[in-house]
Amino acid sequence: MSYLKIDHVDKSFVRGAQTTEVLSDITVAIEKGEYVSIIGHSGCGKSTMLNIVAGLTPVTTGAVLLENKEVNDPGPDRAVVFQNHSLLPWLTVYDNVRLAVDKIYSATKSRKERHAWTMHNLELVQMAHAKDKRPMEVSGGMKQRVGLARALAMEPKVLLLDEPFGALDALTRAHLQDSVMAIHAQLKNTVLMITHDVDEAVLLSDRIVMMTNGPAARIGEVLTVPLPRPRRRLELAADAVYIKTRQRVIEFLYARHRAPALQAAE
Amino acid sequence: MNMPMLKAESATAVAVRSAPSDVLKLRAPRTGFATRILPALSNAAARVVPPLVTLALILLVWQMLCNKPGATLPAPTKIWAEGRDLIIDPFFVAGPQDIGLGWRVLTSLQRVATGYGLAGVIGIMLGTIIGQSVWAMRGLDPIFQVLRTISPLAWLPISLAAFRDSQPSAIFVIFITSVWPIVINTAVGIRNIPQDYRNVALVLRLNPIEFFTKIMIPSAAPYIFAGLRIGIGLSWLAIVAAEMLTGGVGIGFFIWDAWNSSRIPDIVVALVYIGGVGFLLDRIVALIASVVTRGTASN
Repeated sequence: MSYLKIDHVDKSFVRGAQTTEVLSDITVAIEKGEYVSIIGHSGCGKSTMLNIVAGLTPVTTGAVLLENKEVNDPGPDRAVVFQNHSLLPWLTVYDNVRLAVDKIYSATKSRKERHAWTMHNLELVQMAHAKDKRPMEVSGGMKQRVGLARALAMEPKVLLLDEPFGALDALTRAHLQDSVMAIHAQLKNTVLMITHDVDEAVLLSDRIVMMTNGPAARIGEVLTVPLPRPRRRLELAADAVYIKTRQRVIEFLYARHRAPALQAAE
Repeated sequence: MNMPMLKAESATAVAVRSAPSDVLKLRAPRTGFATRILPALSNAAARVVPPLVTLALILLVWQMLCNKPGATLPAPTKIWAEGRDLIIDPFFVAGPQDIGLGWRVLTSLQRVATGYGLAGVIGIMLGTIIGQSVWAMRGLDPIFQVLRTISPLAWLPISLAAFRDSQPSAIFVIFITSVWPIVINTAVGIRNIPQDYRNVALVLRLNPIEFFTKIMIPSAAPYIFAGLRIGIGLSWLAIVAAEMLTGGVGIGFFIWDAWNSSRIPDIVVALVYIGGVGFLLDRIVALIASVVTRGTASN
C-alpha cells in the first residue's frame, strides 16, 4: 500500500446553477521518500489538486489517504510551500519559522529546543544569517527559502510545493532547485510539487504526472524519470536519458495536449 | 540623507581616475559637522521655516484687518494684552472657575480618553465580528452606515435623557462619534486578510484565539489604526461641542462661558489650545500606528 494516495478524486465547482468539473478521476499513489511532480498547462487544475491534498479544498468525490487514513482537513503533516511564499510580513524571518515550531512542538519540545530547531531549519535553507530581517527586506528567492524552512520545520509526512520557484528569475530558481535537491537527499522527504516548468520537473522528480487540459482534467500519463541521484544540472544538460525524458514531457504538453489558448489561435 | 552616498560616489570617481596605482583607496565618508549635522539642520529648517512664515503672514494680515476702531474681532496684540495669563501659564489656579487652560484641556482629555478607549475596544470587537461573518455584516452594516451620519450633538439630548448626568452623557457622545470609523475600518481590514495568511493558519491549525492575535490583528492593523486615527479626531471635535452644552470644567465649556461674558480674546486663545491638542492627539496615534504596523503595510 502506498504512502500517500489520491484515490479517484473528482472536483467540481458549483457557481449558481452552473457546475464546472475541474478534476476528473485522479488517482496517484506516492511512495515514501518519493519526489513526484504534477505538470500541466495553466488552468488545468493542478493547483486545485495540491489544495485538495493539503486539505484546503474539499473533494467532490473520492478521497486522499495518507498512511491509509483519510485526510480532509489541513494540517502540519502536509506542509505547503506556497507559490507566493505567504510569509507574515510583520514577523521576522526567524519568527515566521518559530510560529510554526511553537505551534507544533509546544507540548513536545522545550523553549530552548524549539529555538534550536528553528535555527536548524533556517541553516538548512541557508537563511540563518538573515534571521532578524523582515520578509520585505529579503529577496524573492530568500523569501521562498524561508517558506521552505517553515514547511520543513513542521516535519511533514508530505511536503507540498505549489510552483515554489514560479515567481523567481532563472538563476535564483536554479540555485533554489539545487537546495531543494540537496535537502531531499538529506531528509528523504516525500514531496508533491506542482510546476509548469519541464526542466524543473525532469531535474527534480522521480516521477512526473502529466495532466490533460481542463475542464475535467485527467491524468494523461505518468512518466518515471530513470536518472540516478545525485543529479547535477551541468552533466544532465548533455545526458541522453535526460534529453529523452524532457522530450517526452514536451511532446505530451505541446503536441498532444496543447494549451487551449494556442489551439484557439489556429 | 543622501549626502554620505554622494560623497562615497565622488570618492570612487576620483580614485578611478588615478588608475595606475595598484590599490584603489576609497576615502571613508567623514562623520563630522559638515556631513551629518549640517544636512540635518537644513532639513529641519526646511520643514519649520515655511509654516512659521505663513503664520507670521496670517498674524500680520489679521492685525491689519482688526486693528481699526470698530472691528468686531480682537487683533493679535489685543489678545496678547488681555489673555496674557491664559497664554503664558496653562496651569494656574486662582479660584474654582478661574483656572489655566491646561487644566481644562486635561479634564476634556480625561473624558475623551474614557469615551475613545471604549470606542476603541468595542469598535475593534464589532469590526472583527462584521469582518468575519457575512451575516453579521449584512445585518449590521446598513444600520451602522445610517447611524454614523448622525451628528455628535444630535446624540446629546438623548444621552442626557438616558444618563441624567452630564459626565456620562459627554463620554457617551465621544464614544458614539468615534466608534463608527473604527468599526468600519476594522471590518474592512479583517475582510482584506489575504487568503494566503488564512491558509497558513489552517495548515498550522491555529485555534481561533491564536488566529485572532497572531494573524487577524497584525494583518488588519494598518486599517484599524486608520480608523483609530479618524476616531481620535472626531472625538476631539465632539468633546468641545458636548462640553459647551453640558457645562463643567472642560475646554468646551470655557469657550461657552467666555462667549457669555464677552471675553472674545479668551475664546481665541482657547481655539489655539484646541487646535494644538487635536494636532498632538492625531500625531500620537499616527506615531503609535507607525511603530505597531512596521512591516505590515507593505508586503
